[in-house]
Amino acid sequence: MKKVWIIVRKEWAEVFKNRFVLFTVGFLPLLFTALPLIMLYATRDSAVFSGLSTTDMPSGFMDLCGEDMNVAECGQYFMISQFMLLFMIMPLAIPVTIASYSIVGEKTTRTLEPVLATPITTIELLTGKGLAAILPAISATWLGFGVFAVGARILSASPIVLGRLTDGLWLMAIFIVGPLLSIAAVSVAVMVSSRANDPRVAEQLSMLVILPLLGIFFGQITGLFFINDQLILWMAVILLVVDAGLVALAMHLFQRETILTRWK
Amino acid sequence: MIKTDSLTKQFNQVLAVDQLSLEVNAGEVFGFLGPNGAGKTTTIRMLTALIAPTSGTAIVAGAELGKNDYQIRKGVGILTESPGLYERLSAERNLDFFARLYEVEDVGTQVERYLRMLDLWDRRQDAVAEFSKGMRQKLAIARALLHEPQILFLDEPTSGLDPEAARLVRDFIAELSSEGRTIFMCTHNLDEADRLCDRIAVFNGHLLALDTPSALRRSVYARLVVFHLRGVHPGFVERIEDFPFVRSVETVEGKLVIGLDEPEENNPIIVRALVEMGAEIQFVGELRRSLEDVYLHLVNSHDRESDETR
Repeated sequence: MKKVWIIVRKEWAEVFKNRFVLFTVGFLPLLFTALPLIMLYATRDSAVFSGLSTTDMPSGFMDLCGEDMNVAECGQYFMISQFMLLFMIMPLAIPVTIASYSIVGEKTTRTLEPVLATPITTIELLTGKGLAAILPAISATWLGFGVFAVGARILSASPIVLGRLTDGLWLMAIFIVGPLLSIAAVSVAVMVSSRANDPRVAEQLSMLVILPLLGIFFGQITGLFFINDQLILWMAVILLVVDAGLVALAMHLFQRETILTRWK
Repeated sequence: MIKTDSLTKQFNQVLAVDQLSLEVNAGEVFGFLGPNGAGKTTTIRMLTALIAPTSGTAIVAGAELGKNDYQIRKGVGILTESPGLYERLSAERNLDFFARLYEVEDVGTQVERYLRMLDLWDRRQDAVAEFSKGMRQKLAIARALLHEPQILFLDEPTSGLDPEAARLVRDFIAELSSEGRTIFMCTHNLDEADRLCDRIAVFNGHLLALDTPSALRRSVYARLVVFHLRGVHPGFVERIEDFPFVRSVETVEGKLVIGLDEPEENNPIIVRALVEMGAEIQFVGELRRSLEDVYLHLVNSHDRESDETR
């Protein structure tokens, strides 16, 4: 474990000197936290939703809101819950950027060979690189969500909406599904990095991992399905299995010999 | 220190290293010469437990390759073909990182020691990106030494350096050798190999020759002795050619160039014969064949043999 932290500290010291990575890790959480808060602020006056009827929302969303919410509150929750998905995009996008620069960067500067020549195991090296990418992403997501929770308390007119935005569903999405998404993103980035020679190409290809999440976003907007406890629970279970497979595959692709002889 | 037995590495259809068997003694500077693509880097990577051999065995620093790779990595230092330093990090941070990976006990002291030794202490806080090629190479050598390895593998240590930086690196290698470290060095610089190495292996996929630089010269070429005379008479050549130990006689620009196996034994006989024939000998000297001649002869002969067998 000691060597894992040695790797993590080195990665942070190096990767965060890259302005693009710094911008992504710093700016993305700011933007993604501000957007739902701005939306909450813009819709805090119930007059905004005064003309809203149940037909204006995807059928079934009212069922999700339950009987304790009126149409205006449900409308506000519907609008803001779209932006809540940004808190799930953060743990995907940030580690992809860090991992792409960290792994392809090593490839282009040929720094991996001296590291592999030290008494470090592949698992220690990959865990270190993975954690260096995942930890800032999760921290930024959780911090962003914390800021949102405090901001929502100040800005929300309805305690019912506020309660729903910070209920078990979203806590599970942010605190369990978020880290699982990060692991998937890093594993994909490691795999893509073994083929790409440019960090930007690796990053763009790895970003494809966001597509399923965008599917959920559009699915909710079009009323195909809604984010509820069951969906989040299924996401967690599926991600757990997918992560196990992706991590195993990434480890398999990250062979010392392949790295030294074919990573060019 | 290093012992390999039929060490072989095959990448798909390409046989990179074929049945390499050699021994490197403790404290020896061992040169590993060969053309580009000969398999030198692959050999170093196998001996440093970076890649696994397809077949064969090797003992490196007392540990068996493939069975105790962790121990091998701990016991050897490697200067890779490219310095491979983290350019955004400072020189000190680079060494600190590797010292910790090598489980060095007193990281700070050891990092300072090598930064001072290689004259980089004053630039320790500067990012490596600002360093010259020579400084990077010195830093990479320092990195390879941080954990005080028993064996040091150097892959093209002076490649791409200007003459001054190359000399600094060479002097440092000589200093390391005087400390009794075992050094396994791949190089294209034959003059460097000649000056630094106790023994040299000429390698091109498989071992072509292995010996001391002077023995390699002898094995390929007779030693040439030049007799500077005041006027060469044609009779001199005929007389000298009659000696059974003479391998060749040539007249070059008024000098007699004679190929001999043992000049120390043969020269007095030749001098006596020339004087008896009335030759006026001005001085006698040995014409030393360069290691480059020997190397090219060995590699080209091997290439010709390979072409013929095809």
